Amino acid sequence: MDLLIGGFIKAWQMIISGDQEIFKITWLTIKVSMTAILVSTLVGIPLGVLLGLLRFPGRKIVLVFINIGMGLPPVVAGLWITIFLWRSGPLGWLSWLYTPTAIILAQILVSLPIVVGLTSSAFQQIDGKFLMQLKALGATKGQTLFLLLKETKVAILAAVIAGLGRILAEVGAAMMVGGNLRDETRILTTSIVMEVSKGNFDVALALSFILMTIAFIITFILTFLQQRSGSSR
Amino acid sequence: MKKKRFFLVLLLALFVVISGCSNQTTDKKKEDKVVQNKDLILATTTSTQDSGLLDILQPLFEEESGYKVKTIAVGTGQALEMGKKGEADVLLVHAPAAEMELMDSGDAINRKRVMYNDFIIIGPSSDPAGIKGLDVKQAFEKIAAANATFISRGDDSGTHKKELAIWKSINVDPKAADNYLETGQGMGPTLNVTVEKLGYTLTDRATFLAQEKNLKDLTLLVEGDEDLLNIYHVMQVNPEKHDKVNSEGAKAFVEFLIDEETQQVIEDFGKEEFGQSLFFKYTE
Repeated sequence: MDLLIGGFIKAWQMIISGDQEIFKITWLTIKVSMTAILVSTLVGIPLGVLLGLLRFPGRKIVLVFINIGMGLPPVVAGLWITIFLWRSGPLGWLSWLYTPTAIILAQILVSLPIVVGLTSSAFQQIDGKFLMQLKALGATKGQTLFLLLKETKVAILAAVIAGLGRILAEVGAAMMVGGNLRDETRILTTSIVMEVSKGNFDVALALSFILMTIAFIITFILTFLQQRSGSSR
Repeated sequence: MKKKRFFLVLLLALFVVISGCSNQTTDKKKEDKVVQNKDLILATTTSTQDSGLLDILQPLFEEESGYKVKTIAVGTGQALEMGKKGEADVLLVHAPAAEMELMDSGDAINRKRVMYNDFIIIGPSSDPAGIKGLDVKQAFEKIAAANATFISRGDDSGTHKKELAIWKSINVDPKAADNYLETGQGMGPTLNVTVEKLGYTLTDRATFLAQEKNLKDLTLLVEGDEDLLNIYHVMQVNPEKHDKVNSEGAKAFVEFLIDEETQQVIEDFGKEEFGQSLFFKYTE
């Protein structure tokens, strides 16, 4: 119990004293996570819409893989990315290993299937009669899409929130492909692991409070948006 | 309705701005890399990071040489493996027998002795197996005979290799015992398990001292045996065998570590906080 209080006090001290290192770690965490969720959203929602609306051969198999991807263990993603990005690996010439780009890649890999999968299930639930009605009223393709997106807004934002949660929670892959390099690829989750292994439980707790605060603020904004659009319908 | 859309646009703009920033910085870094190859990958053991020594040495070296060190702190086994594959430029490790294999295979060159500290056996203050003050082999024999809980690193690290060598020297197969647990993790987490399970373990002195504040129920039981010397060497990965290696940076790092001034920094490290050195200078 003392430790919890100690960690909380430590967190405040680190924020108030303007600890440069904490600031860097936190800012990098935000930058990396936001980039990853942005890419996952921009790529994942269109893919999810297509998968939800179109019918084509092999569609079920694709869905199976997307659903497996939703549960892809981050360390597995990390291992694969590491092997590809090694100097001796097929993408070694990019020298991306142990850079923030590698962490972003890993985070996209674990969050994209979630965004695609949840978006496509939202679109699969759209009532066929509603589609027909739109057609009968003479809606263009663009108008149809817009109305459908409006209809599924709640579910799509839920997909983004779930993907973001996965990204913020991610540690195994970030450790492997990022290497937890000070000032370069050290993010909140990997520093928590490192501080625990150094035995600095108070610092680790303090970092966890900061991470939870970020998660809270972002999720709060997204949930707020989600519920507003939902209630005004 | 208007308000709603405004919020969505605002959020999107925020995303774009933030991702824009991050792309810029990575691009800039990539340019640097192409021009001057300033990045140096150091594969090292967890003890040098967990004890805090690298936090002191790394900035000193970076300032002096202009290289940017990327420290990957893993077990010695994995660090050596990275050297063998050419994924690291320079290695700072502590498993002399395994190091010689890399020298013999030509994967590593320019191997220099840097520092030493010692391994110690720690265990519960009550010392149920009664090993206090014994020499290492006797202590291990007693632990085995008493079937006392022993926590092993189990991660192919330098410390783990050392521990296995001791078991081998007394012809005991530790894995046969019920109370032999392997964590598969670094020294820090392994110490945490040891204190929870109230077991015995072999640790390097530096990590033990650095974490002693969390280890109130454990005490130092065996030390000072010649068998327990823990020697760290630095070596370069051979650029002739692995062409992507940053050999100039690696050479500079080796020279930095064996430099008299650095050696003094190593020896002074920890004196203030723990009242004794965690590592001792030991160049050839």
